[in-house]
Amino acid sequence: MSSPSIRVESVSKSYGETKAVNNISLTVEKGELYGLIGPDGAGKTTLFRMLTSLLVPDSGKAEVEGFDIVNDYKNLRRILGYMPGRFSLYHDLTVEENLAFFATIFGTTIKDNYDLIRDIYIQIEPFKNRKAGKLSGGMKQKLALSCALIHKPEVLFLDEPTTGVDAVSRKEFWEMLKTLQKKGITIMVSTPYMDEAALCDHVALIQKGNILSIDTPEKIRSQYKFPLMRIRTDNMYILPVDLRSFPGSESAYRFGDSVHFSTKEELQHPGLRNFLESKGHHQIEIEKIEPDIEDCFMAFLRNEKREWRNNRL
Amino acid sequence: MEKQPIIVVENLVKKFGNFVANDNLTFRVKKGEIFGFLGANGAGKTTAIKILCGLSSPTSGKVTVAGFDVYRETNKIKQNIGYMSQKFSLYENLTVKENIRFYAGIYGLNKKVIDERMEELLSGLNIQELKNTLIASLPLGWKQKLAFSIAIFHKPKIVFLDEPTGGVDPIARRQFWDMIYDAARNGITVFVTTHYMDEAEYCDRVSIMVDGRIEALDTPAALKKAFAAENMDGVFLKLARKKSN
Repeated sequence: MSSPSIRVESVSKSYGETKAVNNISLTVEKGELYGLIGPDGAGKTTLFRMLTSLLVPDSGKAEVEGFDIVNDYKNLRRILGYMPGRFSLYHDLTVEENLAFFATIFGTTIKDNYDLIRDIYIQIEPFKNRKAGKLSGGMKQKLALSCALIHKPEVLFLDEPTTGVDAVSRKEFWEMLKTLQKKGITIMVSTPYMDEAALCDHVALIQKGNILSIDTPEKIRSQYKFPLMRIRTDNMYILPVDLRSFPGSESAYRFGDSVHFSTKEELQHPGLRNFLESKGHHQIEIEKIEPDIEDCFMAFLRNEKREWRNNRL
Repeated sequence: MEKQPIIVVENLVKKFGNFVANDNLTFRVKKGEIFGFLGANGAGKTTAIKILCGLSSPTSGKVTVAGFDVYRETNKIKQNIGYMSQKFSLYENLTVKENIRFYAGIYGLNKKVIDERMEELLSGLNIQELKNTLIASLPLGWKQKLAFSIAIFHKPKIVFLDEPTGGVDPIARRQFWDMIYDAARNGITVFVTTHYMDEAEYCDRVSIMVDGRIEALDTPAALKKAFAAENMDGVFLKLARKKSN
């Protein structure tokens, strides 16, 4: 088996009292699309900044393509592409100037590596003389990705590339990532959007510096341990509140036009149906479903939250 | 009984030079409803929200918010609305209590009312113990809940929420929506933007902007039917993708 592309061993980083990254270990194989899934404050950016050699860990060890992130940072920087969360573009340079700038820094030219970025860059090329600051969010994102790719990196780090981006642009962006992956680039991407987890080969669910779970999206889903139902009634406003008062209730969360309801143990539908009727619900639809990543993430979070509150209050 | 409109927009046009950011918008928001204002990046949502909040004047068209005219009565509008966004919410280096007093003071509430409502707010969120805690040390999810409570502290008729749940963890996001429902039940009209399409389903009605125009406006159920889509994500993709090609 070939050596992994990214290896992180017991890495920690604190800012004062705050443990931003707490003893994290993970492995990313070559050519993988690897997702770091977690909300703001999970430690995703800190981990990225360490893996791209911009921050030194307090403890632990990490390698990217065999280069130690502390000792070999000069070699490391040549083979990685990094798209930070806040756009890294120079707003007073044009689209083309931005790209040329990044190419020059890495001792290459747009022409040399045009093949790799063509599919992406072609969409913004009509605006190549426009200042980057005047681009729409979706176009900035495409330019930033082009800039991160212009030196043909072996590993690409994308820190929340789709945050604040609309649903259509998000979908297009993931299509671009899949294309890049086919070209052999290892990609580590972070996102707060749980639905994007399903598009990764492996995901690490991360919260407050800790890894909650690492696995393939399918395996994470298969570990969900509660019976789960999708429920609709004529009174969706109050439905989650009522469900939480059902004996044996584990959780009740809104999911689009339904509520996902889990119970501690398997139960019989008639009991639940009668309960909802007694609460004044009509047109009750109950359907057993498989959990998605968001269900799983929330199950992990429930424990964490209980702990935070207990410690704090 | 048809509910009264609290926001009336008729033929709203806003231009920046030759660029038409809002192209003849016409819609009404009913009192007490949760109105989802969706659109792709750059579709013109922010421009429209600024006008509705009395921060910018339309190029033409008629717009009233809580009965006040957006050309002449912007101060009255500001007194009657609340606003919160992900980007700007609270002062990080002030405590919970200081933030509340600061915002309440701006809206001219007297000390007695502030103290009463502050107790209500803190016990409602069950965070009495955190009264003297700096905002900076709270988890994001709690900050957002607090920011929302403060945005409706002066009991506005309408609250504008601009991507209020961006980056918040999935449980906190849903708790946030429980708070939105509570506010709506108490008669506050909620005008909300989001990129989470599951949240679009939580709205009573949803409008979708594409290139400066409102291309669709209805209940989520009716939109899904009209566009033969399984969920709002499908509706949004069908509408918004037209434009990018």
